[in-house]
Parts: sequence; C-alpha cells; structure tokens
Amino acid sequence: MSNDILVYVEHLNGEVTDATFELIAVARSIAGQTGGSVDAAVIGSGAGGLAGSLGGADRILVGDTDDLGAFNPQGHASVFATVVSERNPAVTLVPYTSVGMDVGNHVAASCQVPLVSYCLSVDPGDGLSGTCQLYGGKVEADIEVDGDRAVFAMLAGAGSADDGRSGGAGAVEAIDASTSDLAVSFIGLSEPEGGDVDIAAEEILIAVGRGIESEDNIEEAQELADALGAALAASRPIIDQGWLPKTRQVGKSGLTVKPKVYLALGISGAPEHLEGMRDSATIIAVNSDPQAPIFGVAHYGWVGDLFDFIPEMNDRLDG
Amino acid sequence: MNIAVLLRAVPDPVEELELDGEDLDRDFLGYVLNEFDDHALEEGLLLKEETGGTLTAFALGNADEVEQMLHTAIAKGADGAKMLGEELEAVDAHAQAATFVEALSEGAFDLVLSGVQASDEVDGQVAMLVAAGLGLPHVSVVVGTEAGDGSLKVTKEYWAGITADYSVQLPAVLGVQTAREAPRYVAVARIRQAQDSGALEEVDVDQPENSSGVRITEMRIPEVGEGADMIDGDEEAAAERVLEILQAAGVR
Amino acid sequence: MGTEISPKVDPSQVREHETYELDGVDISGHWNRMFEQRVIFDYDVSQLEKVMDTPGGESMGWCYQCSQCIAVCPVDHVGDYGPRKIYRKLQVGMDFFTSDDLWLCTTCANCLRVCPKEVNMLDIVPAVRKQAVLEGTVPAELQDVFEKTARYGNPLGKNAKRRHAWTKGLEVEVPLIADLDRKVDVLWWVSDYPSYHPRGMEASRSLARVLTKLGVDFAILGAEERHDGDSMLRAGEEGLFEMLADQNIETLNKYEFDVLLTTDPHAYNAFLHEYPERGGTYNTMHYARFLADRIADLDLSEDVLSTVTFHDPCYLGRQNGEYDAPRDLIEALPGANFVEMWRNKQNGYCCGGGGGGMWLDGLAAENQSMRLSEKRVLEAVETGADTLCVVCPYEVSRFEDAVKSTNNDGALAVRDISELLAEAMGLSTE
Repeated sequence: MSNDILVYVEHLNGEVTDATFELIAVARSIAGQTGGSVDAAVIGSGAGGLAGSLGGADRILVGDTDDLGAFNPQGHASVFATVVSERNPAVTLVPYTSVGMDVGNHVAASCQVPLVSYCLSVDPGDGLSGTCQLYGGKVEADIEVDGDRAVFAMLAGAGSADDGRSGGAGAVEAIDASTSDLAVSFIGLSEPEGGDVDIAAEEILIAVGRGIESEDNIEEAQELADALGAALAASRPIIDQGWLPKTRQVGKSGLTVKPKVYLALGISGAPEHLEGMRDSATIIAVNSDPQAPIFGVAHYGWVGDLFDFIPEMNDRLDG
Repeated sequence: MNIAVLLRAVPDPVEELELDGEDLDRDFLGYVLNEFDDHALEEGLLLKEETGGTLTAFALGNADEVEQMLHTAIAKGADGAKMLGEELEAVDAHAQAATFVEALSEGAFDLVLSGVQASDEVDGQVAMLVAAGLGLPHVSVVVGTEAGDGSLKVTKEYWAGITADYSVQLPAVLGVQTAREAPRYVAVARIRQAQDSGALEEVDVDQPENSSGVRITEMRIPEVGEGADMIDGDEEAAAERVLEILQAAGVR
Repeated sequence: MGTEISPKVDPSQVREHETYELDGVDISGHWNRMFEQRVIFDYDVSQLEKVMDTPGGESMGWCYQCSQCIAVCPVDHVGDYGPRKIYRKLQVGMDFFTSDDLWLCTTCANCLRVCPKEVNMLDIVPAVRKQAVLEGTVPAELQDVFEKTARYGNPLGKNAKRRHAWTKGLEVEVPLIADLDRKVDVLWWVSDYPSYHPRGMEASRSLARVLTKLGVDFAILGAEERHDGDSMLRAGEEGLFEMLADQNIETLNKYEFDVLLTTDPHAYNAFLHEYPERGGTYNTMHYARFLADRIADLDLSEDVLSTVTFHDPCYLGRQNGEYDAPRDLIEALPGANFVEMWRNKQNGYCCGGGGGGMWLDGLAAENQSMRLSEKRVLEAVETGADTLCVVCPYEVSRFEDAVKSTNNDGALAVRDISELLAEAMGLSTE
C-alpha cells in the first residue's frame, strides 16, 4: 500500500495532451500534502519517446508497445489496471476525456476501487474527498470516498497544464505492456479534412449554441461574423445537426480555443463546452436564461434574446 | 443480432434545480430520457434493421416518465421493453449497473448499448460498469457502428474531430455519444398504440443499494453570473456595450 | 372546419346524366362531369390516387385546373405553390407524402374559398401529413416542436410551471381558477405565446388591465393550461392533438364558467370545431369580439395618434367569419386613423404561421423568395400606416421579425389590439 499518486498519460500522434499535464499539476499538489511520489504511466506506441516531456513526475513508467495502435480502449486500460493493482497507489488520476473514460472505468471495476467522476478537485486530507460537477454544471457536489484509495476522473481546468509541464529527468522504469486475446483491435485513425477555417487561429470567434434554434438562423450569425472579421464556431448540438462542419466545434469533443474575444450566443455553458473556451481573453455571453452556467465564466453577459441582439449588431456594423 | 439498450431517466436539463440536503429536491422534478441513451437506442434500431434480430429496451424505476420512455422505444421498433424495479430513486451508477447486469444476464445479448454518460454519474459511467459486471469488452464515446461477421466496426471520437475505428468482437458493450442518424421521430399515435400493445413488462428487482464507495456529503448550486459583468438594458444597450468591449479588446 | 366558406356539396346527391332533354331540347354531353378527374389518361396517376385514397384526401381528385386558387395562394406569391400545382405535380409522379410541398401549406383556406370544385386543402394536407407523421417523415424543425409540445405542453419548450409567470408583479389581479374555488364569468384561455413570448406577455398584461378596468370577473388556468393542439392537428400529429385535447377537456370540465375567452384564433377554432366531439363543449369567444361587444363600456379617453392598419388572422377571419370586431375596436380608438390593406377580410394574406408554419421557417426559406410575414409587412407599409394591429399571438413575433428583416424597423410598429386599447384607456402597456 502506498501513499503515491499515479497519473495516466494521455497521448496522441506523438504528443502528450494538456489534460495530462493538468493531472500532473494536480498530482504534485496532492503529493505536496501527503508526501507521496508522483508516478506517470505512459503506454502504447512511442511511449518511450514521450518520457522526456514528463519531468513533472518523479517516476515514469513506460509500457512501449506497437500492438495497440494509437489507443486501444481495452488494451491500454488493462495494462494500466495491472499497474494500479501492483502498485496500489492512494490516488489514481485519469483525465475525464474519451481516453480517460475507458481507462478509468475499467481500472475502477477490475481493481475494485471507487471511481470519482466529473471531478474538479481532490483533497487528500482526512481521508480522500473532493468536489465534482454534476447535472451539466448546474450543481457542485462535495464527495467523500470510503477507504483510502480511489480513481479520480478530472475535468479540464482542474489543474494548470503549465505547472505540470517540465522537462528534466524523472526516473524511467519499463513496465510490461503485453496483452493477449483482446476483443477490441485498432483499425486506424481519421483526422478531419483541412481546407476550412482553423478556429484555433482566429482572434475573434462568434459561437452559436442551441439558442440559434434553426439552420436558417446561422446565416444571420455568419453576417455578424463577417462584419466583425470573425469566424463562426459552435457547440456540439449545432455540429451534430450538421449545421456547421466539425472543424467549427468548440469543446471537449471539438477544439480548444483561446481567442482575444469569444462571443457566445445562445450557449448555455455545459462543462463540455466550457472546457474548450474558458481561457479566452474576453468572453461575452448572450443567453435568455439568467441561470445559464456560461455567465459563470464570461467576463461580460447580457440576458436577452439573441434574435434581437444579432440584427441590432448587424445594423450598427452596416452603417 | 440480439441487442439490449439501457435507458435512463435523468433530471430535465431545462429545469431550475432545487436542493434538499445532499440531493436534489425530487418532489416536483421533471425527468427526461438521457439524450445519449436516445442516441444509443437509435444506433441499436439501425443495427437491428440492418442485421435482423431483436432489440430489447431496459429502464430502471417505475414512474410515468420511465413508462413513457419505454413505450416510445417500443413505438420506434423495440421488440420488448422491461421496466425494472419500483420507485424512481436517486441511485448511484454502481447500483444502477448492478441491477441492469442482473436483468441482462437472463438474455443472451450480442450487444449492449447505452449512452456514454449521464449527468448524475458521480461514481463512474453506467455503460462501462455494466460491461465490467458482464465481463465484456467496452468502448466509450461511440459515434457510429457498422455490422460485420461476428464483429462490429466501431468508431470512437476523440477531440478536435479526430476519430478512430476499431473492430470489436461481440458480445460487447458500447457507450454511445451520437448515433449515425438523428434519433427518429415517432408519432404520438404510435406511442399510444405501444401503450396498448402489452409489450412492456414490469420486472421486480431487489431495490439497488448505493455501494460505490463514493458518498455525496453536500450539494451546492454555484452562483452563476458572479464572475460576469452583466449589461443592463435592451438589445440596443447591449450592442453598444459589446462594440465598446470589442474596441477595448483591440479587435475593432 | 371550413363549413363557413361555402355550402357543402354532397356528391351522392348529384345525379349525372349521359343524355338529357330539357324543355324539349337535347343537351346531352359531358358538361356535367363534376366529380371525375379530367385527366389525360397517358399519365400514371397512382400518386394522385394515393392521395385520393387517403381518408380526407378525396377532394384532391376534383380539381379541374381552373387556377382560381393560385391567384390567392399566399405561398405562391413568394414561391411556386397551390392546389392546382400540387394536382399537376401528382399527375406527373410527385410523391406528396415525402415532398417538401407537403409542409408548405399554411392551411389559410383562401384556396377553398374560391375553388368551384371545393378541393379542400384543409382536409387533404393534414390527412397526408398524418400519414407522413406516422411514418416518421417529418421535417426536423417540426419534429423538435412536436416533442417539446408533448413533453412541456407548449411548442416553445418552456417550463410548464412558469406558464403564468407573466402575471408576476402585475398591479392588477389575475387569479388562478383553482385558487378561486368558485364559478367565474370568464375563463381566459391565455395560450402559449401570450404566456411565454416577451411580446405576447406584454399583450397579456395589457389585456389583463383592460379586463380589470371593465370589471370583468375572470380567471386563468395557469400551469393547468396546455397547448390547444389545433396547429398540431393541421401539421399531422393527430395523436398529439388528441392527447392535448383530452387533457385540456379534463381540466376544463373541472371548473364552472360562462365564457371561455381565447386570445388565440387557433385555440378558438379548436374549441369551436374540434373539441365538442371529444367531450368538450364550451361557450367560446375570441377576445376581439368580447371587447367589441363592450365598446360602450371601454373608457377610451386618451388619443392614440397612429395610422393603423389591420391584419385579418386566417383562423378568426376567413375560417370563422369574424372581420368586424377588431375593426370596430380600432375605429373606436380616439385620434387613430384606420387604413385597410388591399388584401383584407375574406382575401386577407396569411402571415405564414398556420398549419405548423410557425415552426417550418427553415423549410419555407428553402422554397420561397421571402417569408409570408415579410410580404405582408411590405403590404402594410404601402398603406402608409405606422402601426400594424394584430389579434393573433403568432403574429406579433412573426411580423416584428419581418419588420426588421425588411428594414422597416422604426417605420412600422406591430401591436396587439389589447395594447392599443390599454393605451387609449390610459393604462400601462408593459
């Protein structure tokens, strides 16, 4: 039984993700309180080459293998589960992402360890506790864990990625990444076609959400974007409907953006969306619901009808 | 292909939530079908239409909304539906999963589909926990499937529009984010027909107990808008102020 | 439905003669072939027959392409539409059940008014839509509204409990009939848009003040009221209409009242023509008529210095014969100057909101050069009026949007008659 913190290293296309560095920052802060050490487990193709960027951890566990493709929900998860059961860390951190969801749930179930989902912060004080965000961000819940070990799936923004980044040499240890009889096998990765606007490179973004109500209304929003020299972006529901291409999606399953100005129209502000834009320099939100969570991260807000706001803006910009 | 779809009723996201101690005040709370479960049902129906076989819908709890969800599933094409247990109570993901696992063990399902996540799963994702309970492989954040011979091609979404394809040997469990097509419409008249069809089965189960090892000690509604500088007035005032802000930000 | 427009002809009572002698003169011929379709038989008319075989769709086959309907079809004025054109398209193979054309009709009934063969689009279109809905082929924007209405009891998807939030802070009392626990003279059926849409809520508050000043004993249902269902029926969701109607009838039958007062002509239409056969028979009045009958009691003392034109809502005017009440009220406004648009009364031009059109703007935009509401606003502006007066809750939002999109913001105000009356009575209109 150890006091240690184990971090799952999420990586794709040869790069460790920001989510992982946030986890390392969180792990370091826990370690500061408990005196444990921070281990980072990196599994899969090119794992060895990534160790160099993980200096924020005390020990880097490398499970290099080409058998699992870019990521294998079953393969990576079972290798990590073995690490968890052998090393028995007090706290295991996974990101609350597409990758972390497979890994975290599998580990918790196979190692019989509690899993805390939608987690904002971890407190290793008197027993393990933390704070989570539920019901689309509308509710914050404090939790306590029975026992002294748990897996925490951390939401974006739980830690500072810059704090977790560090070069330098942590001790590197090889681990067994062999798997057999996997029912899930990797076929290939697809990336979206380019040729469209790169919203991550834009200075001003006008983002539309469910409040835009119909595809027909996107045109007026585009007019506003054109008048401001901005690009049009959107939250997941708009993209799912096919009203704008995938390249315009901001949020957990889309892109993360940090423009000078992010104007959110009719977006309620669910955590999955906030994750993608919360670091924008100036966030202005328009929503008819005064309780919309977006107002919690916005710098400026107006409670009103975007169908009044957009034409009014377009009028003023025309003249 | 014999498909099971797990449906969950969650608090309606449009509701203004009220708290009662460590839980929501559920007295007047409205519930709706978890949006991702609706997509799981659609993907299941598409697979059933392509491969033949059966689709059975499962839901926990006994309440009007749960009955409605299951009748809607039947109206859309599910061959049968089972409503498990009694009152709709706040049950954690582990307990929900345990109840589903017991109900699923009695059928021989090739594929179990559910939504990738729900807004109340503080202790893990039900779909994945069901997979663990059944000893089956699982993939989360699924955005499409394609039937093959004894295996399924499954597309998983990462971020920034990146997806990966996998070949999954059945039986397996998938956590669906979006179906290949938008969930289909079913006329109210067909739902009423489903109500009369008798295809809904009420099943007694032991009342599930929260056993996840994660306890909620307090709930809070975070104050929204405390960060934002709110603009007063009508759209004219708002537009004027926003243009000022844009100028100050150096983009106009 | 539609019986006001012209007498119903019963085909079974008509005798067709191959040969006929009248006063000794042989007038045999095919002049009296009223009820067979006159098709050139080279066409495969199976699509036409599919419509005619659908219960409610029979009259589609009576069309003999005279084109009277096209001249008055509001959709044709901004697109390519009308019963004759639908008939022709059916002849050449269009599947009406899956075509966009199925969803463009606003059920305004102007075609039926002028059709010599009584081709009844108000029967045909909902009947075909009903089949499409059962098959699940519904435009996505309308599907969303059906689902919201089924779940929340209103097409806007607003919280049902907040249906009477518009009364909060109002200086006059708007009691809930459940709280009063007695009979009332007037049960006011507020409807969805007047309950939830900001401009509708303003009109409701104005009307509440006017009714109070008149000393009317009234109450509302609040959260017990659900969408009347008429537009859902015209849009093909018969099951949804039945569900709503049965719920509403159960609610209404709990209470005692003399008059069921409606703000919404669509609700008015449903209560008059659709609810009785489901067990709901009420003494229904539209608020324009209710107020017009009491003009003498309205203390109209303040000048309303406006040139006012009036839009006849299809479901009050052409479909239910009420043209005078709103005009009497406008003419009674001191200082106001009333002007007619050239398409008025029986020939009024539809705003585009009926028959589900309120929620099909996306589809309309793909098939029309402009919205019907925009066309109508341009007509209103032509009269020189500065105010467009309306008495249907769909219209305020439609026409205000159209005023903006036709760049007439500031030139034309859109106001409910309640707001104009309140102003003339020196009451607040907020």
